[in-house]
Amino acid sequence: MSSIPTELKYASSHEWVRHEGDGIYSVGISEHAQELLGDMVFVELPEVGDTVSQGDDCAVAESVKAASDIYAPLSGEIVEVNESLADAPEQVNSSPYHDGWMFKIKASDLAELDELLDAEGYQNVIDED
Amino acid sequence: MSQQAASQHTVLHAKHLEAGAKMVDFFGWHMPINYGSQIEEHHAVRQDAGMFDVSHMTIVDLTGARTRDFLRFLLANDVAKLTVPGKALYTAMLNEAGGVIDDLIVYFLQEDYFRIVVNSATREKDLAWLNQHAPTFEVTVTERPELALIAVQGPNAKAKVAILLDADQQAAVAGMKPFFGVQSGDLFIATTGYTGEDGYEIAMPEAKAADFWQKLLDAGVKPAGLGARDTLRLEAGMNLYGQDMDESVSPLAANMGWTIAFEPADRNFIGRAALEQQKAAGTDKLVGLVMEQKGVLRHGQRVVVAGGEGIITSGTFSPTLGFSIAMARVPASTGDSAEVDIRGKLVPVKVIKPAFVRMGKKLI
Repeated sequence: MSSIPTELKYASSHEWVRHEGDGIYSVGISEHAQELLGDMVFVELPEVGDTVSQGDDCAVAESVKAASDIYAPLSGEIVEVNESLADAPEQVNSSPYHDGWMFKIKASDLAELDELLDAEGYQNVIDED
Repeated sequence: MSQQAASQHTVLHAKHLEAGAKMVDFFGWHMPINYGSQIEEHHAVRQDAGMFDVSHMTIVDLTGARTRDFLRFLLANDVAKLTVPGKALYTAMLNEAGGVIDDLIVYFLQEDYFRIVVNSATREKDLAWLNQHAPTFEVTVTERPELALIAVQGPNAKAKVAILLDADQQAAVAGMKPFFGVQSGDLFIATTGYTGEDGYEIAMPEAKAADFWQKLLDAGVKPAGLGARDTLRLEAGMNLYGQDMDESVSPLAANMGWTIAFEPADRNFIGRAALEQQKAAGTDKLVGLVMEQKGVLRHGQRVVVAGGEGIITSGTFSPTLGFSIAMARVPASTGDSAEVDIRGKLVPVKVIKPAFVRMGKKLI
C-alpha cells in the first residue's frame, strides 16, 4: 500500500496539494503515481509567473518508462518551482510528498479546493484504477 | 493502469514476489518489470552482476540427420558457419516476403541436434512455421517448456556463477568464447545475453531454478526486471522484436544486414528472393539517435531528416550515458543529424550507428 498523507488534498489525476499559508499551495505527485511511472529522469516545470487554470497540463514528468502530463490542481499563478529537480529528479521517487514537490501556485479561486479529494477519496480512485 | 490478469507464471514467480517485484503482464506472462528501481538494476548489470528470469522465452530442440539442411533453408544466416559444437549464431527467420517472423539464437550441439531460443511473444507463430517446414527435412521439433532460463550478466557475472558450478561445469565453461553453449550436468550454460555485458544464459530443469536463483542472490547478484533489460539492450544497440522490426520490416532496414548470409549464392533460404530485390531497390536504415539536451526519446516519435521522415522504433533514457538515446528507422540518405518531434516541438538529435554502450564502455 502506498502512503496517502491525510493532511493533503488530491486530484484524481494523482497530484497532491499542500497549503503553505497565504493562499499558496505546493503541488507534487502521489507516491502511487511515482510508483506507476518508475524512475524519474526529467521533470519539465512551468515558468514562475505563468498563469494556469485548474486542469491545465503545466508540467511533464518523464520517467524511464513514460512521459506523463502533470495537471494544475488549482487555478492561479506559479510563484515558485522546485529547481533542485533539474539535477535530482529522483527526489520525486524517494520523497514524493516533500523533497519531490514540483511547483507552488498562488491560488486565485479557493472554491476549487472543494473539488479536490481527501485521502480517503483519493484511495478510492486508486482502488478503482 | 490496471493490472491485467496474466495467465502464465515462470517457476521463479514466487521468488520475484518475495523480492518485492513490481509485476506486469508481458504477452500473457506475469513478469517483474523492476524490483524497486530499474536504474539501479541497470547499473548493477553494467558495473557488477545482475540476473534476469527469462524462463518465458521459448527453447526448441531440433533433431534429425538433416537438421543442418533444414536450418540452412529456414534461417537467413547460414548455420554452415557453425563448425565447432556449442557454437551459436544470431539470425532472422524470414517469411517469403522477406519480413522478419522472429530473431533468434541457434546453437549447434551435434550434427543431428541443434537448439534455438525464440521470443515468447512470437512463440505460437514460430512453432507453426517450424512445424510447417520441418517435415520436408524429417526434423523433429521439440519445445522444452520444462527448462527455466536465467540470464546472469555483468562484469562480475561469470565469477559469481562459478561458485555455483561443480568441477565438471567449471571445466566445461573455462575459456569458453562468446556465443557458445555447453551442456554440463543439469545446466546448459551459454555465453550469450541481451545486455552488451559479459555473462551467461543458463537453462536448467525447473525444479532446480529457485535454488539456483537464491544462491545467486546470496552471492550478491542483483535481480533485474524487464525494464532494465530494455534499457540495457537498447544501450547495446540490440533489436527488440515487435518494436525495431517485425514481419512488415525488412531486416535490411533493421540493422540486420550483417546477419544475412547471401553467400554462398546457391544456398536457397526462405525470403532470399525478396531480400535480393529489396537490396537492389534500397531500403530504409536503422540508426542510433542521441539527444544530449533534456527530454526522453520514445517509441513512435516522428524523425525529420533532410528530404524525408522516419520513426523512432525504440527510445529511452540511457542510465549509463545520462541522456536519451533511440533507434530509428530513417531514409537511407539520412546524414549525421535529424530532428525529433517531441510533443509538437522539433528537437535536434545526432545520428550515429545504433550502439551506445558495450562491456561497460561508452561508445559515444
